Amino acid sequence: MGMLEAILITIATAATPLLIAAVGELVVERSGVLNLGVEGMMVMGAVTGFGVALTTGSPWLGFLAATAVGALFSLLFAFLTLTLVTNQVATGLALTLLGLGLSGMIGESFVGLPGVKLGSIYIPFLTDLPLVGKLLFGQDPIFYLSLLLTGGVAYFLFRTRAGLTLRSVGDNHASAHALGINVILIRYLAVMFGGACAGLAGGYLSIVYTPQWVENMTAGRGWIALALVVFASWRPWRVLAGAYLFGAVTIGQLHAQALGIGVPSQLLSSLPYLATVIVLVLISGNRRLTMINTPASLGRPFVPDR
Amino acid sequence: MRIELVKRPQQSALFSALSPFIALVLTLVAGAIMFSLLGKSPLDALYYYFVDPLREIWSLHELAIKAAPLILIAVGLSVCFLSNNWNIGAEGQFIAGAIAGSILPVMFPDFQSWIVLPLMLIMGMIGGAAYASVPAFLKTRFNTNEILTSLMLVYVAQLFLDWMVRGPWRNPAGMNFPETRDFHQYAILPEIWSSSGRAHWGFVFALVAAVVVWFMLSRTLRGFEVKVLGQSPRAGRFAGFSSSQMVFFAFIVSGALAGLAGISEVSGAIGQLRPTISPGYGFTAIIVAFLGRLNPLGIIAAGLILALSYLGGEAAQISIGVSDKVVRAFQGLLLFFVLGADTLIHYRIRFVGSAPRNAEVSHGNA
Repeated sequence: MGMLEAILITIATAATPLLIAAVGELVVERSGVLNLGVEGMMVMGAVTGFGVALTTGSPWLGFLAATAVGALFSLLFAFLTLTLVTNQVATGLALTLLGLGLSGMIGESFVGLPGVKLGSIYIPFLTDLPLVGKLLFGQDPIFYLSLLLTGGVAYFLFRTRAGLTLRSVGDNHASAHALGINVILIRYLAVMFGGACAGLAGGYLSIVYTPQWVENMTAGRGWIALALVVFASWRPWRVLAGAYLFGAVTIGQLHAQALGIGVPSQLLSSLPYLATVIVLVLISGNRRLTMINTPASLGRPFVPDR
Repeated sequence: MRIELVKRPQQSALFSALSPFIALVLTLVAGAIMFSLLGKSPLDALYYYFVDPLREIWSLHELAIKAAPLILIAVGLSVCFLSNNWNIGAEGQFIAGAIAGSILPVMFPDFQSWIVLPLMLIMGMIGGAAYASVPAFLKTRFNTNEILTSLMLVYVAQLFLDWMVRGPWRNPAGMNFPETRDFHQYAILPEIWSSSGRAHWGFVFALVAAVVVWFMLSRTLRGFEVKVLGQSPRAGRFAGFSSSQMVFFAFIVSGALAGLAGISEVSGAIGQLRPTISPGYGFTAIIVAFLGRLNPLGIIAAGLILALSYLGGEAAQISIGVSDKVVRAFQGLLLFFVLGADTLIHYRIRFVGSAPRNAEVSHGNA
């Protein structure tokens, strides 16, 4: 396996959790809800996924549990913001703070334990192809799932009736309500889908990316996923591009640290965060692009009149 | 059964006053249930969390030490949140203030005079304000989401501090420990009442800041402007208020207060810079701000309560062996309950039994 192929594969591993979490949040925001709790749901997924995989010995059960916990945890947010109409920004922050606190508590006994690894797939002949074999046909199953998820969400949002309904709820909840669409139900489902994705992304971090549990191990990836949705101007395939760009920055700075070039490692470690700021500035400066794509009801509370 | 919200004709004064207490009680109940599940006596646990730390004078001093940064930061955040500016990077501004304020004692240790401490405090405030003005500038100039940029800058500040104390600012006589030289006597924030405990003047700064900001918010035109622009930017524009000026004002005020909290913590409680100087004060202060209902005087009480939970966490870990990580879970839970209880201010909650199917359809809603 060549050096370049190895680097490309690690970039994919770094990008996959960002992609999964961001695609989930994209659906949430398309329905008009801003859930800033991605980091919290992700870290809950990470601790649950790690714990379940460790106790059962099955990474698959770990992923399943991470996904379920992400969805359940997001229900807290949904109940407050959708049923009790609390401020979405503050409630999302609360979800993140609660997730970071709870996961630290739950995961205390997991610290320092080796995790359960998930093997890569192997297809005879195809995986053995030179140059591209491992890259295309020899990665972990969740990598392929993340691509399917992106395609599936793109298809759902822009090619199906249900997707159109979801977008209409996000663009104008009053009109959607007047047409007889159950705005609150659709938003509940969207928030739970986002939670499930964030949970799975967290599970990927603690089972595949670095198979161990460390407190706060998401290290801002949930927030970067939120930034990716803005970067992608709410379009699934652009999220894919953004996630791989960030994967490349993350892996690039790790390699630079390993090579020991004369730059402080802390500066290199801060590159993904600085890149997030720069990317946000570049995209947000373009008002036309953001105006067209931002769901018009994003973050606005909705109380059905009766 | 469904839950239905009925808008109140006007805000409920009763629930405005009660909601923080409802939230506290619910958090205590949730805590009691959790401790029972962990196999601990809930009464013992609550005693160690909330009563034991209040029994001794020295421990009240520790309470003031923990409350000072929480109150300082949360008071600043109240200006931000009221004006609808979501600065969640106070942790980074705290660190920026600590670094900027430490320039004199670390780089010029031979400059020893009474003027050093006031200069440090001012430089700390400038450092925090300057760091906070970055997301403000990006928001006003490029329309960038301030939530994400201010948060990203927290990670950058943490890494920068880590680099400083391991690199250029490492104590030359410190056996390679990642810390700066100890501050000299003129760079130490004095204790308020040193014969009984180590609480420093940071707590006094916090009280003064709370009163000043309370006055500004409730008695001046600027305070009115904060609230109008927060509730309705359109109405604010018609009144001739500038919303981009307000963005800078809110961020600079909260950044300066967070910076003051940072340098006070370093020069009052720690005495040098280390890779980690805050147990997440900048984030806990968000909870303090909401628990205090964004009112600086309420924030004083809320800051003391959250500070008590930190101390209680340490006490409970020692006495009944509950991890101190439990505290952060409680703090998060508390914010949930605060936000949920605030709903009662604007809405009455009705529990409705399952309505007949056709009624649902004709109403077309859930």
